[in-house]
Amino acid sequence: MQERRFACASDELEPGTSMTVPGDPPVAVFRNEAGDFFATADTCTHEDWSLGTDSDLDDEEVTCPLHMARFDIRTGKPLCFPATVALATFEVEVAADGRVYVVV
Amino acid sequence: MTTLIVGASVAGIRTAQALRMVGHRDAITLIGEELHQPYDKPPLSKECLAEPGEPVPLLSNDDLVALDVELRLGVRATSLDAERRVVRTSTGESFDYDRLVIATGVTPRSLPGAQHLAGVHTVRTYDDAAAVRASLAAGRRVVVVGGGFIGAEVASAARAQGLPVDLVEPQDVPMTHLFGVEVATEISRLHELNGTVVHAGVGVAGLEGDGGVTGVRLTDGRRLDADLVVVGIGAAPATDWLLGSGLPVDDGVLCDEQLRVIGFPDVYAAGDVARWPMPFGERPVRVEHWTNANEHAALVAATITGGAPPRPQPPYVWSDQYGRRIQIVGTPRAGRAARLVGSVTEAAFVAIFADDDGRTVGALVLDDARTLMRCRKAVAARTPVCELQLGVPAAVRA
Repeated sequence: MQERRFACASDELEPGTSMTVPGDPPVAVFRNEAGDFFATADTCTHEDWSLGTDSDLDDEEVTCPLHMARFDIRTGKPLCFPATVALATFEVEVAADGRVYVVV
Repeated sequence: MTTLIVGASVAGIRTAQALRMVGHRDAITLIGEELHQPYDKPPLSKECLAEPGEPVPLLSNDDLVALDVELRLGVRATSLDAERRVVRTSTGESFDYDRLVIATGVTPRSLPGAQHLAGVHTVRTYDDAAAVRASLAAGRRVVVVGGGFIGAEVASAARAQGLPVDLVEPQDVPMTHLFGVEVATEISRLHELNGTVVHAGVGVAGLEGDGGVTGVRLTDGRRLDADLVVVGIGAAPATDWLLGSGLPVDDGVLCDEQLRVIGFPDVYAAGDVARWPMPFGERPVRVEHWTNANEHAALVAATITGGAPPRPQPPYVWSDQYGRRIQIVGTPRAGRAARLVGSVTEAAFVAIFADDDGRTVGALVLDDARTLMRCRKAVAARTPVCELQLGVPAAVRA
């Protein structure tokens, strides 16, 4: 069953930053420089690390600070070794009142 | 057409994976001298020393099958005939190729006499790590020779099991050649804080024992009791098998920017064995970092298939010691320590290195991943250290 999980108010997440929405599974919510929201699985597919809480976002590319795996936050696709498995991606809804939800 | 990859560790396996990812459909043969299924190297001096288990696979069995390579384990390359394009091996076989990728890595240096004594180990293979782990579990008196990352990680693993550890290091402070004396001093405090006794500025005069090692004699006349000695004093490129091949070998196989072996258009090299003009350096170097092996694999695949080379990334290496994580980005030794924040007795420690123009060339960061990533961007952009926005490091914020 789909779950609509509250992430944040849209103005709480600055462009170029990310956050983790706790839950099962935890979800990383990213906001690119243009202000668009994207959501992926929070845990790097190479080794345990929270991408939402601690990573480096460079527009649409997120780098895991543990071993420098990179992913495209729009598709979840791995962009370099050591990542070979894509991150799951989730739909993001921004409600009329500006509240941001992820659909898990 | 056959692509032959010699070496089935990180650089070799990742090269095969990268070739398939970019659509290379030729036959790929991969030969490796060890019998284990291809495994990852960083855990050998970390998790593998802590508890018994299996090697951490580089890829799953399903992925290995999907890779569609002929993987020959327990086969060591013994010579190369580059003219006839054939590699001969320890099994007496000959492997023909159209393209050859050399990924034989490095062989650790050891001490004279070590091969005749039980209880003296280097840590390069899973079997090495398993032997060291078994000795640690038996509750040994440990001497670590060499205060680099391997030595420090072994010392850390031994201390975690409550064993007495002496660490012998020829420099006055371990790691000085990489980070300068000030930063090296701060980092090596981790040893004393965790009960490892560092004997610095002294070398090893010899090993003692009859059958099994019993002690280590130092150049200042002292003697340390030992029934386990782990040697971490660097490694040499595994290029003996290339003797007489005509390939340019000088502290590694000499390659161009795209990892083509110079003068041999059908031969490539990747990982620790390749000496190349890396994008963030000036002269050809060998880089023994795990990330470098991963990046080389993608670059060789692009070169072979004529694809766009991947964007170069700043050098990166990490080390886990005494429950702390040291991360290093860029090339600290290309500059000097220009900004220090925190200390090893605080939550975090950051050292940023600048060249003569004050531009960021590297950073060493203890337990502050966010700052590390900021420094990584600064290294890539050569940002002046004075302009670097570090934010408030975790150490001060707490």
